[in-house]
Amino acid sequence: MKQFFAFVKKEFYHIFRDRRTMIILLAMPVVQIIIFGFALTNEVKNSKIAIWDQSKDAATASLINQLEASRYFEVEQSIHTAKEIESIFQKGEIKLAMILPQHFDEDLRHFNKAQVQLIADASDPNVANTLTNYASAIIMDYQNRITHEKKLPYTITTEMRMLYNPELKGAYNFVPGVMAMVLLLVCTMMTAITIVREKETGTMEVMLVSPANPLRIVIAKAVPYFLLSMVNITTILLLSVFVLDVPVNGSLVLLVGESLLFTLVSLSLGLLISTKAGSQQTALFISLVGLLLPTVMLSGFMFPIENMPLPLRTVSNIVPARWYYSIVKSVMIKGIGLNAVWKETLILSGMLIFFLGLAIKNFKIRLA
Amino acid sequence: MAIVSMNEKVIVAENLTKKFGDFTAVDHISFGVHKGEIFGFLGANGAGKTTAMRMLSGLSMPTSGNAMVAGFDVYRENEKIKRNIGYMSQKFSLYEDLTVRENIRFYAGIYGMSSHFIKEKMGQVLGELHLTAEGDKLVKSLPLGWKQKLAFSVAIFHEPRIVFLDEPTGGVDPVTRREFWHMIYEAAASGITVFVTTHYMDEAEYCDRVSIMVDGRIDALDTPQQLKKTYAAESMDEVFLKLARKATRAAD
Amino acid sequence: MTAVKINNVVKTYGKKKEITALSDISFSVSKGELFGIIGPDGAGKTSLFRILTTLLLADNGNVTVDGFDVVKDYKAIRQRVGYMPGRFSLYQDLSVKENLNFFATIFNTSVEENYELIKDIYSQIEPFKDRKAGKLSGGMKQKLALSCALIHRPSVLFLDEPTTGVDAVSRKEFWEMLKRLKEQGITILVSTPYMDEASMCDRVALIQAGKILSINTPQGIVETFGKKLLAVKSTDMLRLLHDLKQCEEVQDAYPFGEYHHAVMRNDSKELLRSYLEQRGQSFELKEAEPNIEDCFMALMKTS
Repeated sequence: MKQFFAFVKKEFYHIFRDRRTMIILLAMPVVQIIIFGFALTNEVKNSKIAIWDQSKDAATASLINQLEASRYFEVEQSIHTAKEIESIFQKGEIKLAMILPQHFDEDLRHFNKAQVQLIADASDPNVANTLTNYASAIIMDYQNRITHEKKLPYTITTEMRMLYNPELKGAYNFVPGVMAMVLLLVCTMMTAITIVREKETGTMEVMLVSPANPLRIVIAKAVPYFLLSMVNITTILLLSVFVLDVPVNGSLVLLVGESLLFTLVSLSLGLLISTKAGSQQTALFISLVGLLLPTVMLSGFMFPIENMPLPLRTVSNIVPARWYYSIVKSVMIKGIGLNAVWKETLILSGMLIFFLGLAIKNFKIRLA
Repeated sequence: MAIVSMNEKVIVAENLTKKFGDFTAVDHISFGVHKGEIFGFLGANGAGKTTAMRMLSGLSMPTSGNAMVAGFDVYRENEKIKRNIGYMSQKFSLYEDLTVRENIRFYAGIYGMSSHFIKEKMGQVLGELHLTAEGDKLVKSLPLGWKQKLAFSVAIFHEPRIVFLDEPTGGVDPVTRREFWHMIYEAAASGITVFVTTHYMDEAEYCDRVSIMVDGRIDALDTPQQLKKTYAAESMDEVFLKLARKATRAAD
Repeated sequence: MTAVKINNVVKTYGKKKEITALSDISFSVSKGELFGIIGPDGAGKTSLFRILTTLLLADNGNVTVDGFDVVKDYKAIRQRVGYMPGRFSLYQDLSVKENLNFFATIFNTSVEENYELIKDIYSQIEPFKDRKAGKLSGGMKQKLALSCALIHRPSVLFLDEPTTGVDAVSRKEFWEMLKRLKEQGITILVSTPYMDEASMCDRVALIQAGKILSINTPQGIVETFGKKLLAVKSTDMLRLLHDLKQCEEVQDAYPFGEYHHAVMRNDSKELLRSYLEQRGQSFELKEAEPNIEDCFMALMKTS
């Protein structure tokens, strides 16, 4: 045991003395959360809106007036065809369009019912979401006012369409994505690199020709990175709750437990890579191309898995981050319990046993 | 030995100095090397050999002092210096994953040799090295000794005025080492000045003149025979030990 | 008593075993001996050391270290040998003291316990004990690496090219340290490409291209040279070498320090003198004692 702690201590020396890497490791989650968080600004003020008023009657004029009276919107442009919407969205200045169909006033008076369509540029999902929410609130407000005035129950149905990103992926989705990415980088990449570095510098040779159990040497190398990822998970969760207002809706214990499971999967992947890679560059390359890239592309974090072609969807099944991502989304955002994520948990546990087994099987007590 | 032209100096250094912060790696060294001379540049690890060699080959700017290499100034004309010298070290020499011919063609191309010249000289060089049959083999398949000899041929392929050799024979077997030195003699006889560092003290004896650096300064510079006489030593090894033991600094 | 016994060891590399690193090597080293394995890069020195230190498996043959089999009893061997690989395998970002403490703990011992053994070496670097290993000079790194390899008082010490890339002064100091360690009863196997270091060993094995050329005491090797060796010098050494190579009486000629060495077919110093006189060059001719390097070259050319 004394030996084991000597190894862990030495590993911490390596980490603390390589200041640059340590700062990157600790700051990475913070930077990622902040970049994602502020790229998705949710402050809306005097946002420009395009209006296609097909009826041009008293009711529509009144509604547009109310929209303009709010501090949120500025009616910028009137349009006359559906095609125009795309072209103004592509210019990028206008992010929301409102379509008022023909006979709006008539519909409202005769049938007590009218329709409004809101079309948003959802390439920035947060902004689109906020804009449509504000606009619907104003329409609701208008509806309430005329109901009150005319003592009749008017209904305006608002139909919303999100262009470009119908799923409205945003803050709620990137937090689990960042967690998966950070854990993978810290655990897999750093563990693999630090083991391979000892092979490169020749210290592994000396370690092997010592009474120390080789497997224990390697496991001792993983311990500090395990602890470091715990720090990172805590940072991410604190930032997401207190800075981004993304709450942990489900059980915190379950969330942390699942994160530990994914950390172990990542660590065993790191060990596996280290048994195969002969140089730090190879280890880095395998970690980045073989793991980080699929994690970003195929875990559902950037692109919805449902929309992928079948081959990619199939491949995504072997990406561990896919399952972790789905667990975190369910537990953290949707607030559901283990009974809903047992399948994913089981898959991750299976992966852990498989990768760890493979790593141990490939582990060499000699050089070749 | 090689015909040394005493009145033509191809390297002249005057008070050449290089400081890194408050550490003086090379401390006011002055010397001259004649055309066609084999000049041994010795010193313990950390004595400043590598730094001095980098300045002379135009890779590093001196802090003060002057030096002319192949007739060019190290401050202003380092690009011209690079074109007129060859360089070979134990660590960096050839691309392992290129063939013998590809390596030669590549390096000759860097120095702007014409394809006609390359073709003609390649045949001659490969013939001299007895490598004609191996011309299309990857360099990594050659034994170490052959690699080193080939690397030397590549370093002087463009017929430079000076060739810098940084520990060219480290770890090479004694027979190949001699063959290598034979090539150095031939190169010097053809008028190429050879500037060489080595850890093998017997190789110091093969040089026309030897300088020994201690703590950034040149403490001794003479023919091997004269050095042995001056320091009342039987071999260059003894001369070196007597001088290097005085060293006070222990950098690497 | 035998410390290391090597029987018919073969080691090949490559998918089709096309590269032979060691072909049928056998020798043994006695307890307390300072044994040198001398040969150029690529001769198979490192492969041999890795087999002896249980890091590689031989294709064929068997090896025992301190009576333990390197394959079956690798754990026992790892408890009792010290090993310094070709590159000084230290943790560059740990200080001198931290490196030493770490290695002591790994070997289930403490620096205090065996301080007597390393005192001689370690005291030279102790003033720099808080310096990072990466910031040490080559000679100091070598001393620290040796201290780390000795910290558990190994019975056999394997040093793979400890003096490569180290200057002549540090090399000399290093060999003096080895001599003192030998007096402590530690068996030492050391490899080197420097032929002149052979004279520091009790016995040496000359190795080239995976084959052992000769095993003997340094004196014994020199005695088997068996040919007349002459040393010649003149003002034009290159021409002299050409002349020597053309002389029929000369079996082999090569530069050797200040002189050229000529290995004679017969005991025919005067024949060579008259041959060279005919060539019209002024020269100096004397008899020379062959050394290990002469022997190595002679063995290389006959094998």
